[in-house]
Amino acid sequence: MGKAFAVLVTLITLVSIAFFFLHTWWLPPNISTTGRAVDHQLEETLIGTGVLFLAGQLMLGWFAWMASGKSKDAPAKRFPGGAASLVVTAILVVGIEILTLTFVGSKAWGAIYLTPAEPGALRVDVQAEQFAFYFRYAGPDGQFGGIHPEKIDDGSGNYFGLDPANDVAARDDIVVGSLVVPVNRPISLTLHSKDVGHSFYVRELRMQQDFVPGLDIPLHFTATQVGKYEIVCTQLCGLGHYNMKAYLEVMSEPDYEQWLKTQAGQ
Amino acid sequence: MGVDVQDAIHVGQKLGGSGLPPVIKSPRVHNVALNDRPERSETGVWIGIFAIVMTFAALTSAMIVREGVALDWRHFQLPKILYLDTLILLASSWTLETALAKIKESESQFSAGMAWLDVTLALGGIFVVGQVLAWRVLAGQGLYLATNPSSSFFYVFTAAHALHLIGGILGLGYLIYKLSRIKSAANTTGIRATCLYWHFMDGLWLYLFVLLLARM
Amino acid sequence: MNEVSTHPVAHQHTAPTGFIRKYVFSLDHKVIGKQYFGLALVSVFIGMVLSWLLRIHLAYPDYHIPLLSKLSATGAPGGVMTPEYYLSLLTMHGTLMVFFVLTNAPFAAFGNYFLPIQIGAEDMAFPRFNMMSFWTTFAAFVVMMASFFVADGPPISGWTAYAPLSAVGGDAGPGLALGQDLWAISIAIFCIASLLGALNFIATTLDLRARGMSLMRMPYSTWAWFVTSVIALLAFAVLLPACVLLILDRVAGTSFFIPAGLVLSDKLQAHSGGSPLLWQHLFWFFGHPEVYIAILPSIGIIATILPVFTRRPFLGPKALIGSMVAIGFLSYMVWGHHMFVSGMNPFSATIFSIPTLIITIPATIMTLLLTGSLYGARMRFDTPALFCLGFISVFISGGISGFYLAQPSLDTYLHATYFVVAHFHFVMAVASLFGVFAGTYFWFPKMFGRMMNETLGRWHFWLTFLGVYCVFMPMHYLGLVGNVRRYSAFVDDYLAPLIPVHRFITIAALLTGAAQLIFLWNLIWSRFRGPVASENPWEATSLEWSTTSPPPFDNFGGKHPVVNHGPNELGMDGPDGTDFLMQTAPPKNS
Repeated sequence: MGKAFAVLVTLITLVSIAFFFLHTWWLPPNISTTGRAVDHQLEETLIGTGVLFLAGQLMLGWFAWMASGKSKDAPAKRFPGGAASLVVTAILVVGIEILTLTFVGSKAWGAIYLTPAEPGALRVDVQAEQFAFYFRYAGPDGQFGGIHPEKIDDGSGNYFGLDPANDVAARDDIVVGSLVVPVNRPISLTLHSKDVGHSFYVRELRMQQDFVPGLDIPLHFTATQVGKYEIVCTQLCGLGHYNMKAYLEVMSEPDYEQWLKTQAGQ
Repeated sequence: MGVDVQDAIHVGQKLGGSGLPPVIKSPRVHNVALNDRPERSETGVWIGIFAIVMTFAALTSAMIVREGVALDWRHFQLPKILYLDTLILLASSWTLETALAKIKESESQFSAGMAWLDVTLALGGIFVVGQVLAWRVLAGQGLYLATNPSSSFFYVFTAAHALHLIGGILGLGYLIYKLSRIKSAANTTGIRATCLYWHFMDGLWLYLFVLLLARM
Repeated sequence: MNEVSTHPVAHQHTAPTGFIRKYVFSLDHKVIGKQYFGLALVSVFIGMVLSWLLRIHLAYPDYHIPLLSKLSATGAPGGVMTPEYYLSLLTMHGTLMVFFVLTNAPFAAFGNYFLPIQIGAEDMAFPRFNMMSFWTTFAAFVVMMASFFVADGPPISGWTAYAPLSAVGGDAGPGLALGQDLWAISIAIFCIASLLGALNFIATTLDLRARGMSLMRMPYSTWAWFVTSVIALLAFAVLLPACVLLILDRVAGTSFFIPAGLVLSDKLQAHSGGSPLLWQHLFWFFGHPEVYIAILPSIGIIATILPVFTRRPFLGPKALIGSMVAIGFLSYMVWGHHMFVSGMNPFSATIFSIPTLIITIPATIMTLLLTGSLYGARMRFDTPALFCLGFISVFISGGISGFYLAQPSLDTYLHATYFVVAHFHFVMAVASLFGVFAGTYFWFPKMFGRMMNETLGRWHFWLTFLGVYCVFMPMHYLGLVGNVRRYSAFVDDYLAPLIPVHRFITIAALLTGAAQLIFLWNLIWSRFRGPVASENPWEATSLEWSTTSPPPFDNFGGKHPVVNHGPNELGMDGPDGTDFLMQTAPPKNS
């Protein structure tokens, strides 16, 4: 029994690790300036935990193997160093791993969430609702109009509850269903929710941020590659949660300007 | 006692391991009401106190967060009757201690002590009535449960406390009932537990009163 | 001559008569323990069937399940579940499993049955509270199940019930009116039941230990139940007011969790000023300790059982107990790691990640001690031992994935993906459940006087061990791709290629689920036809093995055991040619 267990646990361990190692199912390529640090952190963690996983499972299998089929008279050995050696090992190995990961990881985290957006970043207002994302640009006047929840009317496309009749700044606001941005330019998002909690997740940016009703939450990034990427909702928001998505379209600077002109003209 | 002696010996031999019967002294737990060792019920009340403290701590931090998170907190004056109510509850703790001192002292003082217990019970009831009156005062000012976060927390805190105090009143009532039948403190269990809980309710109210005074 | 001592007049001394007093409203902790076990068994099978329905829907969205349309015509017209019904079943799966299985089985069921016996007591400190706490749990269960039968069905907000989705009422969508009310009421009732239970465990452990049963001589399972009950006392005391505030927001128009300006179902909501994050803080302040409530008793059970089968003392008892206490303490400092990207101050994320990573130290210590206890042993590979080995493996797997999620910089990618689902299922659904399995095979003879079938037990183990890895290991890979959780269908561009993986998982889940029927059959058959068990079939040392199988109604036949040893006296020259000393054996120098 012990031998069978040892074989099975070893097989499971090796097969599991293989799929991690081979990147059979893997993250999409990173397109964000802050993403590289996250990927680096992931690699470090994979190596560190991979070693622990392998060592732990193989040790378990080995001891189980050794414990089976022994004659009754073989003297029972105690683990060398007893409990103390294991406690010290745990503290040292895990302790060092923790310190390293925390120290390095806090920089990756800080770059995304603890540093403000660059001044002059392109500002986009993002609204999440059951079950869509809408994006608002300030338009030529560079000012966002005020939001009036009581004026929200999805039927007429007034998703943000703008009041262009009385609010000058709202008149040229551009509201679209995709997040269109120029490549290599800092983008500063402000996230707010119309109804319940949602979340903004773009895998390629290595970023996730919840929308909290009642709060305006900042999130900034710089995309380094042109392309079309999915924005999906990751905070359970109701029956349409699985279907709530939008696209991040990263365009070249000229294409973006062209797009903006077209939108402003409408 | 209903235990078959043969079974007892049989099991006793198993307990002894090598067949020696175990030496039994009186068990660890006494239910002697007045000696220094905590009764089981008193331990239970201490544990319950920890839980209740956590509940009110959670509500306190909820209140602090809620006040800080939006600009809609409207302060209001606490109904004046609460000051009287506080004194009543404090007095009830004093009457409780007086009652117990008399009950434990001697047989002749016992019935006087019982009367003081009745007074304590009545004071507890009056306190709860005072809470209800306080709520009526607030309702008269248009401050209901959902009117404002401040009033919401006021009602939640006072109702939670009153509910727990009613539990204490029931417990005290039960103790009075037991004492009136057994007529002896030494043979009645649960005296210290009831007392502890009552004083805790008093202390909890003092904390709440100061908290509400400061934040409402 | 045996002396029979005077008893405290705390509970009955004659065995109860009559069906109701014996089996229904019993004050006997053993009956109550079995009642909790039965409730957990019913809950886990319902929860498992729910998981099958979810998995089938994910892998084969067009597949018709006729019975489902009978359960809910609106939820599953034609036997295919609607997106909202998927979320309802998901919510109930999580709620039943976390509360009614993982808090009930390893903790309330086994703890109620064995804690008093293992410390040498006749019953719990407060038998009437004990009975009340079971029936209150049962009432919570009935209220929870009632939500299946109301018009809109169970709530769809997950077992975590985040506000404002869970707080605004029916405008937020189906299932969020009466179903959510019933959920909140049920959980509030469950809190009260758990508080009563925890209080009982703590008082019993402190006050009712037999002579010679010092704290350090208590079996590890008792220690685990004790630490768990302290955690539970403080944690459920926080969830209860949170549920009350949620109910008030829903029915009384308060705004604890609901801010202003929300537009739902085209209606501007009347609430204002509340904080959704406040719900999350309150919930997770309970919720994180809750997961340690789920795992610690199983760790204690495994640590108690393993030495019996290695025939040697556990390696490092003090370190184990210290680690349990450390985990209990640290469990209150980490709740924010569920909220890294929640919108709370990002600096708090860094703060919370530190104790989260530190808590891996005692967890690692315990894993290493368990593994180290195998070193050089001559092991008996009965079914309880197999589940001990399996536990160590799955606990390693589940613990390792925690390392990733503990770091905010990785959580920004992995949050709300299947990586999280893999992690918590490994530690809770698998590891904790392996502890319950081990405990069942180990203690069944004591509880019912009969042995479980060893062949069936082995089949159960091998199929389950392989099966759980097939179900949950692939979820890590899905998480690395970024497969979001709680989706009722996979329609996003990047998810379509992952369907084959989901199909593999579904099939593995169905097969592994089927293997549990072996366990169920074994339980039922052995209860009536299993070979009669002796008092100490495993040659174990703790006090439950020094009394009959099953124990008499007052556990020790009117006697109070006197304890002379810890539970570790294994693997030496014992009396009568055995290799162990029971805890009640005479002192070594006598």
